[in-house]
Amino acid sequence: MNILELKGISMIYGQVKALYEVDLTVEQGEWLAIMGPSGSGKTTMMNIIGCMDKPTDGSVTFDGQEISKLGPSELTAIRRDKIGLIFQQFHLISYLTALENVMVAQYYHSMIDEDEALQALERVGLKDRAKHLPRQLSGGEQQRVCIARALINYPRLILADEPTGNLDETNEGVVMDILSKLHGEGSTIIVVTHDPEVAEFAEKTVFLDHGRINKIVRNSRPANAKTDADALKAAGAL
Amino acid sequence: MFMKMLVSSLIRRRSRMLVALIAIAIGATVLLGMVAISFDIPRQMGREFRSYGANMILVPSGEDALVKLSDAERAAAFIPKEQLVGMTPYRYEIVRINMQGYTAAGTSFDDVRRTSPYWNVNGEWPKGADDILIGSDIAEFTRITPGTVIAITGRSGSGARFKRDMTVSGIVRTGSVEDAFIFMHMPTLEELMGDSGTAEVVEISVATSEAGLGELVSRIEAEVPGVSPRLVKRVTQSETAVLSKLQSLVFLVTLVVLALTMICVATTMMTVVMERRKEIGLKKAIGAGNRSIAAEFIGEGLLLGVAGGLFGGVCGYFFAQAVSMNVFGRSVYLDWKLLPLTAAVSAVVTVAACLGPVRRATDVEPALVLRGE
Ligand SMILES: Nc1ncnc2c1ncn2[C@@H]1O[C@H](COP(=O)(O)OP(=O)(O)O)[C@@H](O)[C@H]1O
Ligand SMILES: [Mg+2]
Repeated sequence: MNILELKGISMIYGQVKALYEVDLTVEQGEWLAIMGPSGSGKTTMMNIIGCMDKPTDGSVTFDGQEISKLGPSELTAIRRDKIGLIFQQFHLISYLTALENVMVAQYYHSMIDEDEALQALERVGLKDRAKHLPRQLSGGEQQRVCIARALINYPRLILADEPTGNLDETNEGVVMDILSKLHGEGSTIIVVTHDPEVAEFAEKTVFLDHGRINKIVRNSRPANAKTDADALKAAGAL
Repeated sequence: MFMKMLVSSLIRRRSRMLVALIAIAIGATVLLGMVAISFDIPRQMGREFRSYGANMILVPSGEDALVKLSDAERAAAFIPKEQLVGMTPYRYEIVRINMQGYTAAGTSFDDVRRTSPYWNVNGEWPKGADDILIGSDIAEFTRITPGTVIAITGRSGSGARFKRDMTVSGIVRTGSVEDAFIFMHMPTLEELMGDSGTAEVVEISVATSEAGLGELVSRIEAEVPGVSPRLVKRVTQSETAVLSKLQSLVFLVTLVVLALTMICVATTMMTVVMERRKEIGLKKAIGAGNRSIAAEFIGEGLLLGVAGGLFGGVCGYFFAQAVSMNVFGRSVYLDWKLLPLTAAVSAVVTVAACLGPVRRATDVEPALVLRGE
């Protein structure tokens, strides 16, 4: 079953065709990587898939719902209920603790549940850092809080924009293992990345260039198949 | 969670919020201070004037230059006892201090306090026979302070010189002619002058309606030929006119201060919104609706407004007290109901100031979180 279908998507800013007549389908449970040089339209595509922007042209069907005609508040509801976002710059709220940052997502979604938020932190190996403010956490830890926040409402789709762009190798490993685990549990994941090693975890890589899909490469042996809890252990996450 | 977010946002981002808080507190200080003064002072003064101020004077009729005190007593007999608040004679003579001539008034201080309750005495009211009050203009000119003993000289009615050491027990300030006079007990002045039983003018305070006053005037005119009664506007009427002008001035100043507070809060909040665009975008990206965003900012404004209002209100009380003591020479009575009222006004002003910035906040696009800026 397709969770996402883009048909003839164009995003035009004045003269700039950030995306031009892009078609793409993503299956439920699939792990997709999007690669491309800077300015090729990756972020624009993420914003459209993540229901944060509407395309100038074309139709987007997400989880059986045509969304390119929806209003801002309906898009907000879809983001809230069905999408988990992971950012390159983490974007934690600086004045809230790790736990509270996770709970904010619960709060906007429905009801807060501290135990559940703590469990989410535990899954990313940060239970003992729950009461720390973002500035008291390392980059890798902040990214794990961001992941915990993305997961807390059981999203249909996890969107990660350069999730390892600001991380060192060890933390990159930890984060990719968490994503692999989620994928193993059936989550649909779309990752934008520069890093071919990160892209290797995906089953399919989409190459963007100048707003068009250049090629789609199937990865016969995704990198996550060979990893285990070892890397997590090494980073002390488990 | 909502409260936790608001409180954390305010507490963990102190420096920025402090500016807004101080602006609100200053606004509230001025607000409460001004309101307290502008309502309390006239109310207090007005109350006293209305019940006690002199509203009738007795002056000599026709050929006589002086009022006989016996005539004044006869006139007063026509006033029902329960309506007669006070009757104060004033006898004026020239005396000298250090060769400098001044007008000395003989009077009865107990009655003065009833017919002129607005006299503001710095020091003590005279007790002993040789205690006197001097007007503030004289005090300023001669640099005499309460407690000083001064020599009063002059000539009696028969032309004999006299010299008497008297103690200045206090300095009187009324803002009117009294500030240039010396006041002593009537018997003391009579003793110095060598004659008694007269006054230039007798002030009477009668607690009755205007019609009652008119009736009294005609009766006294008919029955006591030695005196001529005149109605005077109570001090309260002219004074409250000034006070009401003062009140509207204060009101204006308060409005300006509130407007300034509002501008300051609005700019601060605008800066806050601009600084937090990323955060707003993020909240929207993870599913916050416009209403949640607006509620958070308005909630912050509300908290700031109430906190600043309460804090400023307490400061305003001391401010009002200080101003009142320095300007009006009396303490202000503070109605504690003013405090929540001030907090409420601050909250309203702050929230109003937040509306513009909040609109800006809700306009933030969630897409901006992904775009590195
Ligand atoms: N809001 C915008 N207004 C104008 N041009 C934009 C806007 N967003 C993106 N672009 C342009 O669209 C193109 C694709 O941008 P983007 O999707 O951010 O690329 P990438 O994420 O692959 O680096 C770029 O040429 C960029 O300048
Ligand atoms: Mg980009």
